[in-house]
Amino acid sequence: MAFLNKKSKLAFTDPLSTNNPITLQVLGICSALAVTVKMDTAVVMTLAVIAVLSISNTVIALMRNYIPGKVRIIVQLSVIASLVILTDQVLKAYMYDISKQLSVFVGLIITNCIVMGRAEAFAMQNTPGKSFLDGLGNGLGYGGILIAVSFFRELFGSGTLYGFQIIPDSAYDAGYENMGLMVLSPGAFIILGLIVWVHRISADIEDE
Amino acid sequence: MRSNTYTIVFTSIVTIILGFFLSLAASALKERQDLNVENDMKKNILLALGFKQDGETLWTSAEIQVLFESNIEGIVLDTSGQKTQKNPKEIDPVKDIEFLPIYIKKENESIGGYAIPIAGKGLWSTLYGYFAIEPDGRTVKGITFYKHGETPGLGGEVDKAWFQKNFIGKRFVDEEDQLIGIQISKSKVLSDDKEAYHKVDGISGATITGKGLEYFLKDDLAKYEPFFKQVRKEQI
Repeated sequence: MAFLNKKSKLAFTDPLSTNNPITLQVLGICSALAVTVKMDTAVVMTLAVIAVLSISNTVIALMRNYIPGKVRIIVQLSVIASLVILTDQVLKAYMYDISKQLSVFVGLIITNCIVMGRAEAFAMQNTPGKSFLDGLGNGLGYGGILIAVSFFRELFGSGTLYGFQIIPDSAYDAGYENMGLMVLSPGAFIILGLIVWVHRISADIEDE
Repeated sequence: MRSNTYTIVFTSIVTIILGFFLSLAASALKERQDLNVENDMKKNILLALGFKQDGETLWTSAEIQVLFESNIEGIVLDTSGQKTQKNPKEIDPVKDIEFLPIYIKKENESIGGYAIPIAGKGLWSTLYGYFAIEPDGRTVKGITFYKHGETPGLGGEVDKAWFQKNFIGKRFVDEEDQLIGIQISKSKVLSDDKEAYHKVDGISGATITGKGLEYFLKDDLAKYEPFFKQVRKEQI
């Protein structure tokens, strides 16, 4: 396949680790803190962002040669906003309980810097196929971190994973208690900070 | 640099196309979304009235419909506690404050309980839920919340089973059958507390949510008091 050459592959794999939108570029933090109390909301949020990001990248790349330069940001924004509203509507219709928990955060994908950032920095200069892969990669890179954060928050904050109890009742009887801090935003900050740290060490990334 | 005409035409076309897709999606999904909202409401009425979902398996929307249709009757009261001809579906809780919807659980020929909608301010948000009352008109049968924006882990615990379980069996009237409401303690209710019959364990760290709930619960119960006075009278 033509678009799976080395350069396109890089568009997909780069944001997964070496140029991860959250840990390296520190974008999209707001939602990463807000929806990571439980794993199921983090997973749905990940899917929503992947869908919005890959489709918006593709659509904008298709239009890139026709978009007038002076209104390009607003055109990108309207494409992204439409996709987000669409996602929100679909979630409300088919996954009502989850959409209730995600509440405003699906709508706030519009303001997620990753989406606009990729549209402006990548999709405006590249072919639709490559832009799609870039969107997919960035969505997964974002979602991977989201799911990692929610894994620790749910495990230590509620003693469950994806709603199933992990910490046995015997541990609670022996005096174990869930960490209240983990369900609150500061818990997410600490976990996220640790993940950024570990990731930067393991990927051997130097400060610029 | 492209001409202004091109820019205007281009943006108009984009707007029209996007607008078309959005309105298409909105109207295609509207029915399903409304159904979800209605089901969620029915589910909470059922839960408040003591229907149990067995274990991990949640009710499907069809099961909710069947359970609701065959067990629950919704009627509307006026402020003096008299039954009106209206249907609860017609009532807008914001506008029609003089009409009070109430859901009655039917058990064969007798009444198994009443559920009333409750709503009011917590700390950050308005909480919405249902409060169910035993057929004696004095005892709490259950409470649920279907919408709130309280802090997860603190005020948000109001939608957890451990908190809601505390309400069951409490009484919201005193010995003279006067409405006193349910008091949310700051912490655990002491077992030797004489007032324990109308007190429930609070959520530590969520005093204001608890206070809010206590106030609006009493306010809402006061609106229905003419009706429940009647119920209590008929009991004797």
